[in-house]
Amino acid sequence: MQTHMKQNLWGYLFIGPFIIGFLAFTIIPIIASFYFSFTSYDLFNSPEWIGLDNFKEMFTSDPRYLHSLKITFIYVFAGVPLRLLFALVVAMLLNTASRAVGLYRTLYYLPSLIGGSVAVAIMWRQIFGDDGIVNLALMTMGIDPVRWFGNPTAALWMLIFLSVWQFGSSMLIFLAGLKSIPQSYYEAASVDGASFFQKFFNITIPMLSPVILFNAVMQTIAAFMTFVPAYIISKGTGGPLDGTLLYSLYLFKQGFEFFHMGYASAMAWVMLVIIGILTSLIFFSSKYWVHYESEGGR
Amino acid sequence: MQAKYLKKIIYHLIVGCFAILLLYPVIWLIMSSFKSSEKIFATAESLIPQPFILGNYAQGWAGFGDYGFDTYILNTFIFVILVLIGHLISCSLIAFGFARLKFAGRSFWFAIMILTLMLPYEVVMIPQYIIFAQLDWLNSLKPLVVPAYFGHPFFIFLLVQFIRTIPRELDEAAIIDGCNTFGIYRRIILPLIVPALATTSIFTFYWTWDNLLGPVLYLNSPSKYTVSMALNMFLSNETVSNWGAMFAMSVVSLIPVFIIFFIFQRYVVDGISTSGLKG
Repeated sequence: MQTHMKQNLWGYLFIGPFIIGFLAFTIIPIIASFYFSFTSYDLFNSPEWIGLDNFKEMFTSDPRYLHSLKITFIYVFAGVPLRLLFALVVAMLLNTASRAVGLYRTLYYLPSLIGGSVAVAIMWRQIFGDDGIVNLALMTMGIDPVRWFGNPTAALWMLIFLSVWQFGSSMLIFLAGLKSIPQSYYEAASVDGASFFQKFFNITIPMLSPVILFNAVMQTIAAFMTFVPAYIISKGTGGPLDGTLLYSLYLFKQGFEFFHMGYASAMAWVMLVIIGILTSLIFFSSKYWVHYESEGGR
Repeated sequence: MQAKYLKKIIYHLIVGCFAILLLYPVIWLIMSSFKSSEKIFATAESLIPQPFILGNYAQGWAGFGDYGFDTYILNTFIFVILVLIGHLISCSLIAFGFARLKFAGRSFWFAIMILTLMLPYEVVMIPQYIIFAQLDWLNSLKPLVVPAYFGHPFFIFLLVQFIRTIPRELDEAAIIDGCNTFGIYRRIILPLIVPALATTSIFTFYWTWDNLLGPVLYLNSPSKYTVSMALNMFLSNETVSNWGAMFAMSVVSLIPVFIIFFIFQRYVVDGISTSGLKG
């Protein structure tokens, strides 16, 4: 009995910092945020209970909100699949015995390494400028230059390209996954006369599916919360014409520019619900496409 | 034989050219930082700065506003080091508790920790801001640094996974030699998880160095700005069209990231490949 107590004591001594931090910085804020979402609160006067008005306003009388939600969905559902596709194709290209692979791996990873920084967002802003190198390249190919900052759709795609450009970390995870597929599977398939595509769809994709699932979930969540590039590239405005007003940026503006803390909290809760639904949809669908090895690999 | 070589050459041509295409913007940024501001866009098609000047670096380093860039770099290093110390101490203790100790409620708290991994920061952002405002912590590093001393779910998870691979026989031998639980952590586990602590340090460095939202929320006086805040301030200052200096300081802000990557490349690659840490 006494050793039992002692064991518990040691356990809680070690994980104690986590529990204290969880209560102070996570659970209390979550409860507070839930309460604020039903109030009108400007940070200076005490919160005023308004029931579901914040949520009603979002979906019925705030076109900016619906627009922000829409472009965030476009950003996530165009950006994440493209990024994973690039990551997979490049990982397969690099999954060879060539000695140069180490170098290539580093080079392809570099954009991911620096992609979240302000410096890269500034760089991205300049290369897509009216006289930037992207337009120069388009003109050399005989395509009309695009006014990336003159058109909300083009501006959003500029952000999507920035996200796809950083496929490197997913590529590293895929590469590790590809390396763990036993070579004998491919040899056996070759003996049976399987083509490249047959091997790809019947060996590579099923064997890699748990890794793809993991990547899809994490990247979707991260993409939904994208803030820095939208903030820097639009200089904090979300423009042109709200074209880069991603969800996190609009939430930030509602909270810390307009001091609509209640409304921003309500937005955060809707975001949490959306992310929860997306994640569970991916997990729910996974039983139809994710292949787990019978001896309980992962 | 010849066909094999040809195939190899085509492979390297494709993979190599694609790599250059991908990195071209970064190369362009670096080369442009040596051009005069008027020439950056006038000669955007050329990578070679003519004339090659270092003036942008001198101008950028002297700063924009009242403080030199050295102030911002120093501020950021202090920020990073304080967070780093917090993560190393707290995450190793917590991970040891989860990976090695048996206690009532362990799986409950572990599940909670995994859940917080997925919690968007936006949900806690506003109440945290209000709490820190009540504590009178605004315009200081405290709101950005103190939470680091209570663990970070990503790194706890990484360390737990790592500790689980260490044979338990080592713990048992230490107990026989008279070690108590803290002794096992201090003398057995801690020295053996150095590689995972290296990964933790590197990613803590990256994320803290790049952090923009936190400093934007909590730091108001330019004397306390971090590098990413300073760059943001430079950009939003509409009157400035001094691209050269801004490019130069953007490059400066990337240098520590590159240096750390090239020294510790193995830990970075392993960290991402095995745990899916996003870099």
